[in-house]
Amino acid sequence: MITLLIIIPLLGSLAAWTIPDNRQRPLVLPLASGLHLIIATMLIAKPPPPSLNGWIFLDPLGKLVLLGITILFFFCAIYSVGYLAYRQERSNRTLCMGLLLCLSAMSLATVSQHLGLLWLAIETTTLTMAPLIYFNRNARSIEATWKYMMICSIGIAMALLGIYFLAYATVVSNIKPTLLLAPLLAGAKSLSPAWLNGAFIFLLVGFGTKIGLAPLHTWKPDAYGEAPGLVGALLAGGLVNCGFLGICRIYQVCAASSSHFYLEALTALGFLSMITAAIFVLKQADFKRVLAYSSVEHVGFLAIGLGMGKGALYGTLFHLLNNSFIKGVLFLTAANIHRSYKSKRVERVRGVIERLPWSGWLFMAAFFAVTGSPPFSSFISEFMVISSIFDSGNAAAGIAIAVFFGIIFIGMTTTILPVLSGRGDSKDLDDSGYRDKALTIAPPLMLMLITLILGIWIPAPLQTILSEAAVMLGAKP
Amino acid sequence: MNTFADQLLVLVFLLNFMVLGTSRINIAIRVVAVQGVALGLIPSILHDFSWHLFLISAGMIAAKGVIIPTLLTKAVRSIGINREEEPYLGYVPTMLIGAVATALAFIFAEQLPLAPQHKELLFVPAAIATLLTGCLLLITRKKAISQVTGYLILENGIFIFGLLLADSMPVMVEAGALLDLLVGIFVMGIIINQISQEFSSIDTSRLTSLKE
Repeated sequence: MITLLIIIPLLGSLAAWTIPDNRQRPLVLPLASGLHLIIATMLIAKPPPPSLNGWIFLDPLGKLVLLGITILFFFCAIYSVGYLAYRQERSNRTLCMGLLLCLSAMSLATVSQHLGLLWLAIETTTLTMAPLIYFNRNARSIEATWKYMMICSIGIAMALLGIYFLAYATVVSNIKPTLLLAPLLAGAKSLSPAWLNGAFIFLLVGFGTKIGLAPLHTWKPDAYGEAPGLVGALLAGGLVNCGFLGICRIYQVCAASSSHFYLEALTALGFLSMITAAIFVLKQADFKRVLAYSSVEHVGFLAIGLGMGKGALYGTLFHLLNNSFIKGVLFLTAANIHRSYKSKRVERVRGVIERLPWSGWLFMAAFFAVTGSPPFSSFISEFMVISSIFDSGNAAAGIAIAVFFGIIFIGMTTTILPVLSGRGDSKDLDDSGYRDKALTIAPPLMLMLITLILGIWIPAPLQTILSEAAVMLGAKP
Repeated sequence: MNTFADQLLVLVFLLNFMVLGTSRINIAIRVVAVQGVALGLIPSILHDFSWHLFLISAGMIAAKGVIIPTLLTKAVRSIGINREEEPYLGYVPTMLIGAVATALAFIFAEQLPLAPQHKELLFVPAAIATLLTGCLLLITRKKAISQVTGYLILENGIFIFGLLLADSMPVMVEAGALLDLLVGIFVMGIIINQISQEFSSIDTSRLTSLKE
């Protein structure tokens, strides 16, 4: 079953390579990802026993990440059919192949119990995304791709060094050298603390680059801004989750040891990210870059949640899931707006709600969700984390987070609201031919509904996954 | 046998300085290739023969000694630029910083809580010095291809550290890492080509349209 999870997207990408017709090729995406969604759901409901000497196993943390990825990818895949119909001027072969290869690598990351294999999968996702950021083939996108490629490659190399350090920690402590999670967790107490902390730093830097924690986020606004919307959605909602999973794995090992350093490091980088986002989100002249800084804010929040540990973990993991769905809505509708106006400059885009009511209102709803307004699920998860921080007696941190959320809300409002409101029929805008259609509206609408439902009611199976995953990270059962 | 491995590591140190000192991109690419081959030999001569180590050596030599240099040389030829004209920092200062970094690498390696069988060995200082050399190149060079050589040297540094674990790393992971490196360099080569077409230069200092 797990093999199918990884093979089906691979076969899909092979099919995308062989189909010559630019109009029919994107249909492979919903087909392959629909199958992927079905298989993933079955696996999550009933995970098979560990295979390949324990290298492959879908544990609750993996389930959670896989769930977010497969749902987001499925809706992005449906969207891509509608979106690529507007982009017939260029070949979408690389895009379709890259997306499916990336899905395969992301699935592999969720089931890896071997840190070397996990690293390999995450490195592969980095590579497959590079050509996709360059989809628009202009000077700006090549610059974004170059920055992404260099910064993320170096980051991932650092993560490899971190994994070597972890293996070396076992050598120094005379444990049988291994990178399998289970024996590492069993022997965590006797691992050499110096090498373990070193491993954590390098893995945090490496995977932190991947998820865009400040100060390693510099590629993010460029890549998110220049990549097509659906690639942006998968970067912000899919790859972020994979990188976060990487951090969670070393976090598990650290939590089983007697170190405390990792919590402080995560909290520090988390706050730095929120501060950075609060500063840079103001005065952005490009609404897709605003979304990138919002993503920096949310990975910062996730890092703080991990850093606080214990009671905050459940909410943090729930927020991870919510974040990927909301980012999906934001980037997909932003792409619609971009298509319609042929610009993403704030001064050119005005009156979206009048011109594109569906995209406009969805973007508005997602904007409120991403800034943590009720009744959306992100409000619930943020509330869970912040209240548990207050409960643990860390009032200063709780207040600081609330203040940053406030500043970022105001900052985003000043950019986003003028874009949405105002008059949309200004004369200087020529008709770009884009209209909201079922295929480009239904996917973000469905994702929005999911966030809305999760805000009111968390299904019992999801609650089980979340609490089991939180226990894996050291929360009390 | 171990002395030969030590000599290879000394060669790695010297090659670091050669890359820092040269302005010719073609030479830098070759130096990095030689460094890759030297490192690729080490796992095989250090331990008794095993297929696992042999495969790592063979893969390393093929990838870093043959395929990557060919890819990069091709890129240089198609772009027609072979000199790093004005790096952010001159060659002499970078070499001096490189020398200081190498000295610090030795001092730092002494302080590390290494396993007893790895004390006194050149591996850890070589790994740190090579890593720092790679970073130095990445920071000081402007041309995209020079930055790729910097990245390769950084990767070499990490590989040297990995040599301490050669018998415990699964071959699949090593092979996968090499394959990813290859694909990565291939993608970088394509991007560099596109940069040179779009900007008629591969100066990364010209990539400024996305500044805040």
